[in-house]
Amino acid sequence: MVDRISRAPWIWSWFAAFLVWFATIMVTGGASTLGLSQAALTFAAFSIIVGIGQMFVITLGPGNIDLSVPATMTLAGTVALKLMDVDNAMILPGLMTAILIGIAVGVSNYALIKALRIPPIIATLSMSFIVQSAAIWTNRGLRIKPPSFLADFTTSTTLGVPNVSLVALVISVIAWLLLEKTIYGRWISAIGQSMPAARMAGIPVDGTRFITYVFCAVLAALAGYLLACFSGGAALNMGTEYLLMSIAVVVLGGTAVAGGDSNVPGIWGASLFMFLVVSMLNTYGLGAGIRLIMTGLIIISVIMLAGGRQPGAR
Amino acid sequence: MRPTLSADAIRLTIPALSLAVLLAAVFWLQPRAMSYIGVNLLFNLAVPIALATIAQMLIMSVNDLDLAMGTFVSFVACVTATFLREEPLLGVLILIGAVAVYAVLGVVIHLRNLPSIVVSLGMSFIWAGLAVLLLPAPGGQAPEWVRTVMTMKPPVAPMAIVASVIIAVVAHFIVMRSSLGVLIRGVGGNQRSVERAGWSVLAARAAAYALAGVFAVLAGISLVGLTTSADANIALRYTLLSIAGVILGGGEFIGGRISPIGAVLGALTLTLAGSFLSFLRISPDWQIGAQGAILIIVLALRLLLNRLENRDRRR
Repeated sequence: MVDRISRAPWIWSWFAAFLVWFATIMVTGGASTLGLSQAALTFAAFSIIVGIGQMFVITLGPGNIDLSVPATMTLAGTVALKLMDVDNAMILPGLMTAILIGIAVGVSNYALIKALRIPPIIATLSMSFIVQSAAIWTNRGLRIKPPSFLADFTTSTTLGVPNVSLVALVISVIAWLLLEKTIYGRWISAIGQSMPAARMAGIPVDGTRFITYVFCAVLAALAGYLLACFSGGAALNMGTEYLLMSIAVVVLGGTAVAGGDSNVPGIWGASLFMFLVVSMLNTYGLGAGIRLIMTGLIIISVIMLAGGRQPGAR
Repeated sequence: MRPTLSADAIRLTIPALSLAVLLAAVFWLQPRAMSYIGVNLLFNLAVPIALATIAQMLIMSVNDLDLAMGTFVSFVACVTATFLREEPLLGVLILIGAVAVYAVLGVVIHLRNLPSIVVSLGMSFIWAGLAVLLLPAPGGQAPEWVRTVMTMKPPVAPMAIVASVIIAVVAHFIVMRSSLGVLIRGVGGNQRSVERAGWSVLAARAAAYALAGVFAVLAGISLVGLTTSADANIALRYTLLSIAGVILGGGEFIGGRISPIGAVLGALTLTLAGSFLSFLRISPDWQIGAQGAILIIVLALRLLLNRLENRDRRR
């Protein structure tokens, strides 16, 4: 049992998150335990949602990364808030619009990848330029407040647990079920391990990849919608940090970058860890430069500890 | 013999053609740009982008990807605008150290079999942090000699063009003609067979990373020569620009299939795309989007030409 747990790829990110959490609590003498935990769950929720989408894409194999995540988040948040226009009755149409934007971006991404045979990194990058432009065009520097109900929902807690992290939990459970219990999950793992082999085994490779890119974009749009409501309005740069973040949490969480092997619990550990590191360094009163350097060093040490796979093992 | 030659030629034709078409479009829109000063202005920022693209290309030739290119070039720019000017010896030492860090990264990535994307992601935070420590606010000043070199006015062609040609030729000789270059591309093509042939894959990867570090350092220095001062965020977009440049130039993510001349042409195309859009008087809102569209169009063109090439070969 212990042996099985210590070999689980996600255990490292949880261990690291706990360590950092503990180190921060110690400095403040335990005074901020509840506040820190709630803040961590809240902010981690957004990285978890985009991270899960990115994980599905990365599982598809080398070269599969969705760089349009930040732009999709921004566009979905901007358009949804503009449509809702502080009206509680418009919450559902707003959500639907955000999801539709996600679907549209995902479909266009895969259309570029498939029809023009552009490598996914470049296809999603070019797409993100266009989506970002659309966001700039719709936003025009206006900052529209979210409907009061949504603003309350995203910033409050249920039984001490932040609502956004509950949303992230529901999405994670769905993602886990998709990955572990459905044929679709087996398909994306198979494609990630070897696309030619998957094709020969009769797996609908194109359909599976298509669904995966759409799924990732929809999750990004959903995260953008929630983030815009949480932070009291959409900003043009609100997605920026989630580009590197979404990749970092996937990899730190123990998903193989070479594809074909993914895991959902690791995303939670890694997302909590990424937030906790920043807040720990803030607690220690370190400047922005030192904080960035420490974040980098920690990412590299975690990947050195956890990511060193034996050559030929995969 | 002939088919391989024509495949390489086609690989170069597409980037060259897209650059020529874009240049023709710019001249058609703005005939006054067709002069020494005009061309110099159009390609003003091409030199650092071309150098960064070559650096990214070297990393991609061993099947890795460097997500820290932008922050590293920014860091070098900050060092250039501060230490390299005030204490040249210390500045040179720092830059040599930075290149050594790149070589060490190659060694570590190889020994521990780590994903380069994540390691460079971590490094991007470190370079950004160091840059912020050096220059918390935009400032510093370019060393005189860098400024002089970058603003030189050689006869016949402007500096940006002359420098791009030199970069392309030097990179071509290193990557395509030297035995080290063949070794590096071999690692990208088939690591195991390079190993079995008795070469050290470790040394090849370290060399590729160190060379990339050298080119990226040059990119940072030349960038400061053009902008005269530096900022911790000065070159953040270089990460994506450099990857796009390599791909536009006919390079591929895996398999060691790269083309230095193509990469420089790709970098020039990307630089020109910006000028082209401002000549078209596109609303600033859509400038980034139009850049994305140009990228897509060029790649679609490449697909079309590749198809033609394949059809010819089958005949």
